[in-house]
Amino acid sequence: MMTLEALLDQIEGVVAEDLRRWIAARYVRPGGEPEAWVFGEMDVARVRLIVELRDVMEISEPALPTVLSLLDQVYDLRRRMRRLNEGFSLLPAELRGELARFMME
Amino acid sequence: MAEDLYKILGVEKGASAEALRAAYRTLAKKHHPDLNPGNKAAEERFKKVASAYELLSDAEKRQQYDAGEIDESGAMKGPPPGYRAHAEAPHGARYAYSADDLSGFEDIFSNLFGERGGRGGAAPGRDAHYALQAGFLEAVNGAVKRLTLPDGQTLDVKIPAGTVSGDVLRLRGKGLAGGDALIEIAVAPHAFFTRDGQNIELVLPVSVREAVVGAKISVPTPAGMVAMNVKAGADTGTKMRLKGKGVPAHGKLPAGDLIVTLQVHVGKPDAALAEFLRAHAAVGDFNPRAGMFEP
Repeated sequence: MMTLEALLDQIEGVVAEDLRRWIAARYVRPGGEPEAWVFGEMDVARVRLIVELRDVMEISEPALPTVLSLLDQVYDLRRRMRRLNEGFSLLPAELRGELARFMME
Repeated sequence: MAEDLYKILGVEKGASAEALRAAYRTLAKKHHPDLNPGNKAAEERFKKVASAYELLSDAEKRQQYDAGEIDESGAMKGPPPGYRAHAEAPHGARYAYSADDLSGFEDIFSNLFGERGGRGGAAPGRDAHYALQAGFLEAVNGAVKRLTLPDGQTLDVKIPAGTVSGDVLRLRGKGLAGGDALIEIAVAPHAFFTRDGQNIELVLPVSVREAVVGAKISVPTPAGMVAMNVKAGADTGTKMRLKGKGVPAHGKLPAGDLIVTLQVHVGKPDAALAEFLRAHAAVGDFNPRAGMFEP
């Protein structure tokens, strides 16, 4: 958990204005109150990701929401698939075998 | 470990800072773990690229590295933990694309949520769809099969005689909250029976002796073994029909027939038979290929 100041200290290449804009656009959703935000580990990692997308991968600010939305969808799918995979372990071995064969087709 | 940092970035040793940055950007776009979820190789590659760039982009460190004062390991601590570790964990749902982590997937998992009612519980009286595989003879003769539902409950399904693949059985009140269970049957093929409507076809091997001399033989039918006479002079391709031994009568359909096609098998080499045929060949001039065109 950290404040805006601590976050700006930790991540190079980002200024308070960037963050305010990204929070307003809901790319980043910290806890706490406006201007008294609290950033969890995941928020920090997400800010770092956005900075990388912008500065390293040269994804322009107007294109950011598209890329972020696609990334979020991929991760949604992967979490969901993981959960489904866990669910398969609840099935009897015979059904799991049948499923495995179906998936290999 | 000791891979040359310039090689990792694919640049010459004397490359400019701009060239380094361009190379790093190109490789990062390709290997960034968030653009390659689940790809371990890309993740490893990205770590190497990022740490190589981290060292070489620092003019002082680059000089030390070029002078051999520090080695690659100086750069090998890697970038800080990525976003992906969070996004893939259950708490990653915080940044789920949709407010409700499940919505948007119900279409894909409709058969699952259709049966179980998803999180909100089933709408009253909904049909539940299941698939069930039946053996060939189970489908022909009828059988009771036990279906295990996703929630572990079992359902005894009566498969009527004469069922074919794609038939859907409706079990009233066995679906969700009083709805029906709809069970689609898939019939597995049989080792030697095939089905043609109400008839069943069987290719039946017979010996040379049985074919030439005639015999009373046992024939498998869907209802068990029956005796059948093979007339003397039978041959491969000779068809025989066993009335009423096909698919049993069901609904308005009368019982079908078992259509047996004989196939003569010569069997093990037999010196006496060979000797006899050699002597016999002088008399017989049967050519089974007569009528076939010369190549």
